[in-house]
Amino acid sequence: MTTPVLSLRAVTRTHGAGENAVHALDGVDLDVRAGELVAVMGPSGSGKSTLLNIAGGLDTADAGVVEIAGTPMSGLGPKQRAALRRREIGYVFQDFNLVPALTAAENVALPLELDGVSARRARKAALVALGEVEIPELADRFPDDMSGGQRQRVAIARALVGRRSLVLADEPTGALDSVTGEAVMGVLRARVDAGAAGLLVTHEPRFAAWADRTIFLRDGVVVDGTGRRADAESLLAASPRGGTA
Amino acid sequence: MSVRHGLMALLAERPMHGYQLRQEFESRTGGTWPLNVGQVYTTLQRLVRDGLVTPVPQGDAGADEVAADDAGTVEYQLTDAGRTEADAWWTTPVRRGAPARDELAIKLALAVTVPGVDVRAVVQLQRTETMRGLHDYTRLRSATQVDGPAELAFSLVLDNLVFQAEAEMRWLDHVEARLARAAHARRTTPADGATTATPSDTTAAPTRTTGDTTAGGLR
Repeated sequence: MTTPVLSLRAVTRTHGAGENAVHALDGVDLDVRAGELVAVMGPSGSGKSTLLNIAGGLDTADAGVVEIAGTPMSGLGPKQRAALRRREIGYVFQDFNLVPALTAAENVALPLELDGVSARRARKAALVALGEVEIPELADRFPDDMSGGQRQRVAIARALVGRRSLVLADEPTGALDSVTGEAVMGVLRARVDAGAAGLLVTHEPRFAAWADRTIFLRDGVVVDGTGRRADAESLLAASPRGGTA
Repeated sequence: MSVRHGLMALLAERPMHGYQLRQEFESRTGGTWPLNVGQVYTTLQRLVRDGLVTPVPQGDAGADEVAADDAGTVEYQLTDAGRTEADAWWTTPVRRGAPARDELAIKLALAVTVPGVDVRAVVQLQRTETMRGLHDYTRLRSATQVDGPAELAFSLVLDNLVFQAEAEMRWLDHVEARLARAAHARRTTPADGATTATPSDTTAAPTRTTGDTTAGGLR
């Protein structure tokens, strides 16, 4: 079996201390492999955002191991961590987070340029990425001149431009109507099918259903079909497409 | 599900044999609600009885009193009254007055009232199952190429199933949230009865309010 692109083992994150300590995540195990899209569902405060932030290296676990593409995050200094984030991880947000003063192609090229890639090569890669999300004709358009669905396609292209392997999507359809949201999910799914690993946080079951499996978080714990803490075995086994963990 | 109106809507297009009706009905709804031949002929017989449908007179025999035994070779058409009723179907909303009996709603209502049932487990078990169904519909739907009216019709039927499953998921979330609040209210109310209502979008926060009205209903 291939090395997971994202691997979490017994990851715990606690906010506060003593009486007031809140376990945002409590012993979470999770693997996401290349070509796999995993959806995370759960009520507000269940730990979804913390999970995404820890997976993306924006927050650090108090205990447990987080590995991105086989590299343990804990062994890295801030600079190395930022570099790993830039090279391996892309984000897709509900509100797109595009730079309004840059064109679509410039937005997509930006992370590569930040990583030291020449402007010319970055633009070339950006055009490829925009083609992959089926909007090559919008390369020189500014975000303000695009629809929400088009902007989110740009964001997905930006998230996966170059050779980045992990896309973390936080309610990517939250600002879109249902038909547009579905088209965006189709694009995300296609990029994952093409070899990326994806972690999708959503509160919309309809969009979670595009994932290969859905995990449910409750009070920082991944629960199984009966609401109890899911055992690691069942979670880590690569489930067939369409299954739930 | 009104098979009766479905068949009349099809007959409004052109006269058809019973087996054609069955075929058309199934292909246009993506085979989601299979009909058996018996259902089709029973419905046709009732429609004939009610004067809404009539067998097409057959040229050679001139016999318009067609017996049921050669129904397979007989085409049916709408009468004027049938056409009026078929048209009226499109301009009348589907009645939602009496809720259909829903096993899940009944199960949860009983789970909340029967002592000793782990309601949260019932909810989570159902959530997993409903999500599984939702995955299946979504997969089927994304595999459906919409390149004609029949495929569009099928994918819209699938959408309907998707939205129903999603509504069920949302309702289950809601049930769980209300149970959590009710449980918390039970724990905190007797002490001093202090009621400091706060906005409520979490179920997990241990600092829950006591005075909310949702608690009573589940006690």
